[in-house]
Amino acid sequence: MALDPKFQAALALHRFGFGPRGDGIARISHDPREAVLAEIEAPNAGRIENSNLLNSGEAARAAYNFRQERKAKRLAEAAQRDMANNAPNIAEAPEQPKDMAKDMAQNAPAGQQPKQQPGLPQQIYLEEAKARADAAFAANIGFAERLVWFWSNHFCVSADKGPTRALCGAFEREAIRPYIAGHFADMLLAVESHPAMLIYLDNARSIGPDSIAGLRQHKGLNENLAREILELHTLGVRTGYTQDDVTNFAKVITGWSITPLKNGAPSAGEFNFNPRMHEPGAQTIMGKTYAESSVGQGRAVLRDLAQHPATAQHIATKLARHFIADDPPSALVERLAKRFHNTGGDLKEVAKTLVTSPEAWAAPREKLKRPGEWLLASLRASGLEPKDVRPLIQAQNLMGEPLWRPPAPNGFSDNNAAWMDGLAQRLDIANRFGQRVPTQLEPDALVEVSLGPLASDETRKTVKRAESRSQAVALLLMAPEFQRR
Amino acid sequence: MNSLHAPSRRELLLASGALFAWTYLPRVARAEGRDPRFLTIILRGALDGLGTVAPVGDPDWLSLRGDKALALEGAHAALPLDSMFALNPAMPNFHRLYKAGQAIVVHAAATPYRERSHFDGQDVLESGLPKPGAADTGWLNRAFSSIERGGRIDSKGKEAFAVGPVVPLVVRGPAPVVSWAPPRLPPASDDTMMRLLDLYRHTDPALAHALEERMGLAAIARAGGISQDPANPAAKRAGVAQVRAYFAEAAGSAAKFLAREEGPRVGALAFDGWDTHANEGASDGRLAQLLGALDGAIAAIETEMGAAWRETVVAVVTEFGRTARINGTAGTDHGTATVALLAGGALKGGRVVADWPGLKPTDLLDGRDLKPTTDLRAVLKGVLKDHLRVADDALTNKIFPGSINVHPADGLIA
Repeated sequence: MALDPKFQAALALHRFGFGPRGDGIARISHDPREAVLAEIEAPNAGRIENSNLLNSGEAARAAYNFRQERKAKRLAEAAQRDMANNAPNIAEAPEQPKDMAKDMAQNAPAGQQPKQQPGLPQQIYLEEAKARADAAFAANIGFAERLVWFWSNHFCVSADKGPTRALCGAFEREAIRPYIAGHFADMLLAVESHPAMLIYLDNARSIGPDSIAGLRQHKGLNENLAREILELHTLGVRTGYTQDDVTNFAKVITGWSITPLKNGAPSAGEFNFNPRMHEPGAQTIMGKTYAESSVGQGRAVLRDLAQHPATAQHIATKLARHFIADDPPSALVERLAKRFHNTGGDLKEVAKTLVTSPEAWAAPREKLKRPGEWLLASLRASGLEPKDVRPLIQAQNLMGEPLWRPPAPNGFSDNNAAWMDGLAQRLDIANRFGQRVPTQLEPDALVEVSLGPLASDETRKTVKRAESRSQAVALLLMAPEFQRR
Repeated sequence: MNSLHAPSRRELLLASGALFAWTYLPRVARAEGRDPRFLTIILRGALDGLGTVAPVGDPDWLSLRGDKALALEGAHAALPLDSMFALNPAMPNFHRLYKAGQAIVVHAAATPYRERSHFDGQDVLESGLPKPGAADTGWLNRAFSSIERGGRIDSKGKEAFAVGPVVPLVVRGPAPVVSWAPPRLPPASDDTMMRLLDLYRHTDPALAHALEERMGLAAIARAGGISQDPANPAAKRAGVAQVRAYFAEAAGSAAKFLAREEGPRVGALAFDGWDTHANEGASDGRLAQLLGALDGAIAAIETEMGAAWRETVVAVVTEFGRTARINGTAGTDHGTATVALLAGGALKGGRVVADWPGLKPTDLLDGRDLKPTTDLRAVLKGVLKDHLRVADDALTNKIFPGSINVHPADGLIA
């Protein structure tokens, strides 16, 4: 690596992290590669320590109670309206829901009108989003966080699906973050047994046709999760599995469900293997027969899928595409796949292989940053802490990458073509940034801090000649060197 | 905005850099039975003074700017101010005020800054310091706090209720400041887009292509699908309507706050977009459109001030002027002297204040710029002194340090 170390430092920050913050380029110039690697060697790599955030069970129960209270309140209001309209007939409008509403209003954070208060699931969503933005903002480089974002998108859930809104943050903290430097099989098991995923891909209600519940209710399988595990989460599409494999796998994971919320059990809303829903018997998937062993049967299939060569290839390709190029160098993909396979899916080793591969540093900077990534890079470059996360959420919505709300289970695209259209929206956001950045910031200095040796003469000139500081900031954030990595 | 309300935390956070900010100036000169209001509008990007107020009586004017020169005849006839000067035809409101004695043009004026960097020039304009540098307070805020220290105003109960994320430098400083921004922020200006497109064309054709396509679509959308051609005038006018609405809303809202009995008395706002390097269009293009929007903003201030208009002064200032001649791309480059516009019922107006330097090649600064003959600080000192009753020593030592030889302009205020 004969390149100028400062150039490499700036490249590392943009390609593997969220861009420079403060004197970030200088800080890692002595050994940029080592600095990137250090972030996944850290013992808590990827984790968020924040005791205020609810775990998924707590969040599910709180959101459930909130919905029940709101429903009761509406009923009470309807009853009161009826009573007013038709007083002699209806005498007993329950008083309790009104008090609940009052309690909720009193619990609202100071200074906000209860009327404007978002619902509890949205509040939880916002707190989780804030914690996520803070982690990316605070990171030295942000490689561990970028891996979190990558895996969270690979194993995406959507806040728009039923009661998932309150759970998507907890899902990422519980099923993704602990494993980004761990083993793929462990992440896979955590993801596929997480309530958010079981709701998102409909497995919570999938019932074995010959299970106790199936025989009694005449309900049956939902193949959604089983198919997406094979097609999206592990092997990849067209890798040899058949419809029978999908169906049999769906049978294997029947009973992977959630403790019902309505009975008020202490573990309500948490993962529960329900043997009454589970299809009994052995199942054959991709030529291998898995004996009946209740929840263990599904775990055995997932462990085998995690070790399958097609999975190694699939993950290697996606990682290289995300970090390096739409059409990544095959030598790099092969190296990553081999490392994945040889280490039994050790994700830390795979990430290290990525960072130490020459292609990862030599590839031209062509990848368009994804909107959320670019937003964080802009915050870091301009030193604006994400104090209120709502404008960020709005900006991501505007740019077509709404947080934890992918349009489909394959997540947001990692191809440049998908994001080119949003360039004009980015310009509007950059314009707002320009208006908010403290005016003491010298545009020249900002170019040095955020791009350093990556900045072309044209970009320097364009920023320098801007008619105002705010325009200079907007142009810098829109410069090709800041958009691409 | 139909009703005034305290900006919520959310609005402040969404605010795109204090487009309007003010300090609470309580009852200055109440003892005199006056309750003056002062608003300054910063035009960022360097306003072409000659394209705003043209020296139509100068024999060298037409040869200097040729067919780009504003003239008293033709399709876009300039509005006569006196025997020497005429106003850009896009500013009928300002012209009406001028005729009514409520507007003043100061020409060939400049700050002490003599280089040509926007950022440094804006620093000098807003800080009130003789040189660019690390300034964190502005002359308007220091003027305000000096009145306070003099004990001539009563500021109790007038604590600012919030500080916006970004406040123009001119009002930053020790005195409490709050900011407000219109709920709808302006989209990136055509100028910003063109600069970006130019950068992309030189460095990244794929991004250039993507941006061009989006700009074309946006123009069509703005025009309501009338035209497929992004260069179509109908599409352009729709974009201008947006700018006009934005200027008027920002300025009108500022005036509403200032007009209130218990409201602030001093404020500042900033409008971008004046850096007209190419296709300036003083008579019927971009500059005319921007000046039209500015004219609308001044009208909105007059309307929203209501009865308080007669105690109001609005000062429109910019960091420097532009080259006297038109450049090779039908625009003007960074120059030196320019105009400052004053409007308000408190003025003794209907005059152009200028020590005209002439336009012959030897008259021009460095052979290219209108030569500054009036120090902008003299104008501002005159307004602060006679309108807000700021003391002389504060003006010279604290508000515009190093301006001992710059005497406050007399007789601007009625």
